[in-house]
Amino acid sequence: MIGTGSIGRRLTLLLAGVAALLSVLSWWMVTGLAREAAERTQDNVLAASATTIAETLRSEQGEVRLELPYSAFSMLGAIGEDRVFYQVMAGDKLLTGYDDLPALSDTPAPGQIAFDTGEFSGEAVRMASVSRLVLAGTQPIPVKVTVAQTRNGVGTISEDLSRLAALLSVAFFVIAVVLSAIAARTSLRPLNEIAAAVSRRGPSDLRPLHRNAPTELAPLMSSLNRLMERLGQSIRRSEDFIAEAAHRVRTPLATVRAQAEIALRSVEDESEKQRLRQIIRAVDESSRSAGQLLDHATVTYRADDLARVPVDLSELAKQTAGGLEPTASMKDIRLRLFTVYAQVAGDPVLLENALRNVLDNAIKYSPEETDVTLRITTSGTEARIAVSDEGPGLGEGPAQALTERFRRGSNTQGIVGSGLGLTIAEDVLSAHGGRLELKSAEGGTGACVALVLPLS
Amino acid sequence: MRYLLVEDNRELADAIVNRLALDGHAVDHAASLADAEDCLAAAQYDLILLDVMLPDGDGRDFLTRSRAHLETPVIVLTARSQVSDRVGALDQGADDYITKPFDFSELEARCRAVLRRRGGEARNEIALGNAIFDPLAGTLRHGEQTIDLRNREIRLLEVFARHRGQILSKSQLMDRLFSYDAEVTENAIEVYVGRLRRRIDGMDLRIETVRGLGYRMETGEA
Repeated sequence: MIGTGSIGRRLTLLLAGVAALLSVLSWWMVTGLAREAAERTQDNVLAASATTIAETLRSEQGEVRLELPYSAFSMLGAIGEDRVFYQVMAGDKLLTGYDDLPALSDTPAPGQIAFDTGEFSGEAVRMASVSRLVLAGTQPIPVKVTVAQTRNGVGTISEDLSRLAALLSVAFFVIAVVLSAIAARTSLRPLNEIAAAVSRRGPSDLRPLHRNAPTELAPLMSSLNRLMERLGQSIRRSEDFIAEAAHRVRTPLATVRAQAEIALRSVEDESEKQRLRQIIRAVDESSRSAGQLLDHATVTYRADDLARVPVDLSELAKQTAGGLEPTASMKDIRLRLFTVYAQVAGDPVLLENALRNVLDNAIKYSPEETDVTLRITTSGTEARIAVSDEGPGLGEGPAQALTERFRRGSNTQGIVGSGLGLTIAEDVLSAHGGRLELKSAEGGTGACVALVLPLS
Repeated sequence: MRYLLVEDNRELADAIVNRLALDGHAVDHAASLADAEDCLAAAQYDLILLDVMLPDGDGRDFLTRSRAHLETPVIVLTARSQVSDRVGALDQGADDYITKPFDFSELEARCRAVLRRRGGEARNEIALGNAIFDPLAGTLRHGEQTIDLRNREIRLLEVFARHRGQILSKSQLMDRLFSYDAEVTENAIEVYVGRLRRRIDGMDLRIETVRGLGYRMETGEA
């Protein structure tokens, strides 16, 4: 057994092993059959030759005579370059031929043929012997005709056939190995298709898999679907829990804030007003931080397994700016959009979140009645969404440091913020292979934050 | 404007109702989805403010269910600021959402934006002397002339229009115009009143300064 490893390779090896065994077996059988066929052919020719000689026996004046017919030997010549020996015995007397030809182990009955293998003049020979009664005068004399032939031709023929069989076996084996590999791949295709279908899915797609799978894969499929079902349930449960917790915490906070705001209107004393403002500010601070922390967690989770769908940045910018329009109008800030079509591949929810954080910052830090400008440009392989405002700029210190967690600018006193907005934006952009560029406007006031993304 | 507020927390609901009433809106309050159904069956509303978590169900499910036959724009009040939740609410047919806890000025701004976007039949033009003021569109028509007002001017004029003849103090006006933490002084009110006066110049409409008390708007010839 091969431990863990490729099922495909294991299946191929197994099938190839079987093919190798069958190839060897077939070679061995073909070789055996070929030898047997060659031998039988030689036997037949030897028998025919011996019979032909025996046919020419006749009695003449009480003597047994024979004429050796040429055809009796020419037919033997058909099998290779073998030497042929013969012997004709009338009773115990040698009529003609080689008298030292070894005797057959069993003498054939009259009219019958016997075969044997022996050794003559240092070579293996095959012998066929025919016996016949010839009437010489009044006495029937048993005459035995024996024809022998060396076995080189038979060996050559069977060797040739064996070689051919070996060649065919090797070819058969090679074809079998190729077919095994194809068969293994074909049988594993449904498995690969399922794997591909699962890996193509987005991070939050936990629908059950529905595809035609072979019976053997049905248990795997149903376990997979059960696992996804359980995962989905547990995600839903935790989402429900977060939603419930947020609701329970934020509704009373909203009440506190609303009451404080109403109280703020009815009190006259400036120090009491100040206290109420502090209450509202604290509520805003906590709710904003909680929201941003949650957003940050979501972004981190979704960025790990990033969905990539085509996103038109100009459409995204219009929607995001539309959502922030009321906030901007509260300070009479104009949101000016200059967009061109720019398509990137990414997670629209994350990209929207990043852009909203940047725009929200710009509005938050802008003075009343100013412009916030969003401009989309493309150059080469990059799209750039530049958001510039007329606010106080990014303050002292290195601008890029503002993307660090909980880091806020040196000039943000008095404005509610969590210090996570730019961190989130930067995380989203780097997950998409882009970057966040921060700089204060030269000379005057204002900041420019650019979201740079690779075009798809 | 007639609003329907669907919110199960009584204190919060009271505060929202009070605040919206200040802007001259009539607000019905429903504490559950069943109440909301009853209200919708009985009256026509211009805008619905819908909490997502209610004792008898999810506000978003209600939204999906009733979207087919409900024309009224909806703003969802959500407790979550999580990205997916916002997107989800908009997908299910909400016109906008606002995250709890919220600034009343923001709620007001969002209501206004949704009404303007969805407006049409929901015009509530106010006649001010010989001029017609459309607070949603933010326009002031006078004869052939249509003046576009900025947001603060619209709100200032709206407050004056709803309290015609009454004296409004600078601090009252500030509360309505600025978010609680805006770094502004009462001088800002003088700036906006000055601007608005230039806008209505030539109409039979005046904003008078009542020394030591505030301002008052009068219509008709002086």
